[in-house]
Amino acid sequence: MRAVTPHLQRLLISGVLPVILVAGWHAGVRITGTRLIPVPWDVALMLYDFAFGGIYDDTYSKSLLIHLWKSVTRVYAGFFAAALVGIPLGLLIGRIKVIRQFVDPTLQLLRPVPVTAWLPLSMIFFGIGPNAAIFLVFLGAFYPIVFNTTFGVRSIDGRLFEAAAMLGCKGSSLFRQVVLPASLPSILNGLRLGHGFAWILIVVGEMTGVQQGLGATIMDARMLSRTELVIAGMLVIGVAGFVTDRALVMLNNRLLQWSPQHHV
Amino acid sequence: MSETAPSRSPLPVLAVSHLEKHFSSGESRVQALHDVSLSINKGEFVCLIGASGCGKSTLLRIFAGFETASSGTVQMYGMPITGPGPERGMVFQDFALFPWLTVRENIAFGPHQRGLPKAKLDEISAHYMNMVGLGKFSNFYPGQLSGGMKQRVAIARVLANDCEVLLMDEPFGALDALTREKLQQDLLEIWERTKLTIVFVTHAVEEAVLLAGRVVVMTAGPGRIEEDVRLALERPRDIAGIEFNRVRRGITQLLSSHVSTKATL
Repeated sequence: MRAVTPHLQRLLISGVLPVILVAGWHAGVRITGTRLIPVPWDVALMLYDFAFGGIYDDTYSKSLLIHLWKSVTRVYAGFFAAALVGIPLGLLIGRIKVIRQFVDPTLQLLRPVPVTAWLPLSMIFFGIGPNAAIFLVFLGAFYPIVFNTTFGVRSIDGRLFEAAAMLGCKGSSLFRQVVLPASLPSILNGLRLGHGFAWILIVVGEMTGVQQGLGATIMDARMLSRTELVIAGMLVIGVAGFVTDRALVMLNNRLLQWSPQHHV
Repeated sequence: MSETAPSRSPLPVLAVSHLEKHFSSGESRVQALHDVSLSINKGEFVCLIGASGCGKSTLLRIFAGFETASSGTVQMYGMPITGPGPERGMVFQDFALFPWLTVRENIAFGPHQRGLPKAKLDEISAHYMNMVGLGKFSNFYPGQLSGGMKQRVAIARVLANDCEVLLMDEPFGALDALTREKLQQDLLEIWERTKLTIVFVTHAVEEAVLLAGRVVVMTAGPGRIEEDVRLALERPRDIAGIEFNRVRRGITQLLSSHVSTKATL
């Protein structure tokens, strides 16, 4: 490889594995002769039709954007709600002993309960529709955010509090000026994990009887035995999750300019 | 050294009397300081010296207000010390800078707490950055600086906050020899210029004799003051000089005699 920039080289290297996987997939389907799994090309056609229409022209043609948009609104409603509750709660749990003793054991008890197990209750609480989905996404994103924030606060060097106290910083400005920035690396790590869970949970979340959304599409396609649409939906979620994660990584690296070791 | 004698005896800047300090962890109780009395006057440069476990750092932390006395009094200008405050600036061995703030912002941290306007903050931080020779590094983060530079920022940070007493806990202990020598010289220069009161904890005899007007020798088990030595050496001091080494030997002997008695316990 001559005259290839390191950036391009990295891109090429990371592209090798997907190509191998797709080739293996194609070969696997052809060799076994299965009719249950479509070949990659069929999925590509489906994906094209899903996005732009003009091939099958059925209910799903040209409907990708609306499904994607619906899922994005639910993922981010749940994710931002989780961040809005999780970060302040994590800061308080980490910093204030009484709150830690009051809340933490209960959270630790609730945490191992799989989010999927909440599905029936969620539908009772919020009825059939997007709110139940948002609640499930919220639950999934909430735990990593709150626990990482707590961990971040707990691992702040005690000297920094002494330094802040001697320089006249106390009370609520201590939270804003010391606790928050010092735990920011962990908070961002928790946000990134929670964001991943939010996308993972959108499929389960949209089992709550919503009509539109990538998760709903996948569940419907499964009923209709349209496996190529299932896989197309999976790919869209994967790409959407990946692209939005890159945005979070950029935010992470920007906010943590002071600490190159925390760069992703 | 000769501080001009005041007409009336003013209140000491820092004073402890009959100070006791013990730490308890679980069942065990450790006596860190026993019956310590010490007065430090304005403008003095005092070194607390002793082997590890003699309570010198604990005493410094009590002055800073990070620890409270188990009994006895701790006062600044006759008023009891109840907690940390901007008039007593601590310089830690491990710097304790805020890593998410630039050099300029670290130095302006204290003044910022007092709500000074931005222009004033910039003026203050520029002044102290120049004093410690870091003018070119104002937008660097601590992670980008060497140990010596970090400690300069830490010193500037407390000076910028108008501290009256500089409390230094083995501040140059983590630095290489060349950097340490340079910082010692710079610290003396700052002390002569600002007439601050400095309490400096060290376990290096040479450092104490080079810097201090007064060396307080402490011994362990439990920590107490063994000897309070006033140094009459002229400044600038020559570490190769005969007088310097006579004083240094004397203090080393004070220290080692107690280390050896302790070793026989």
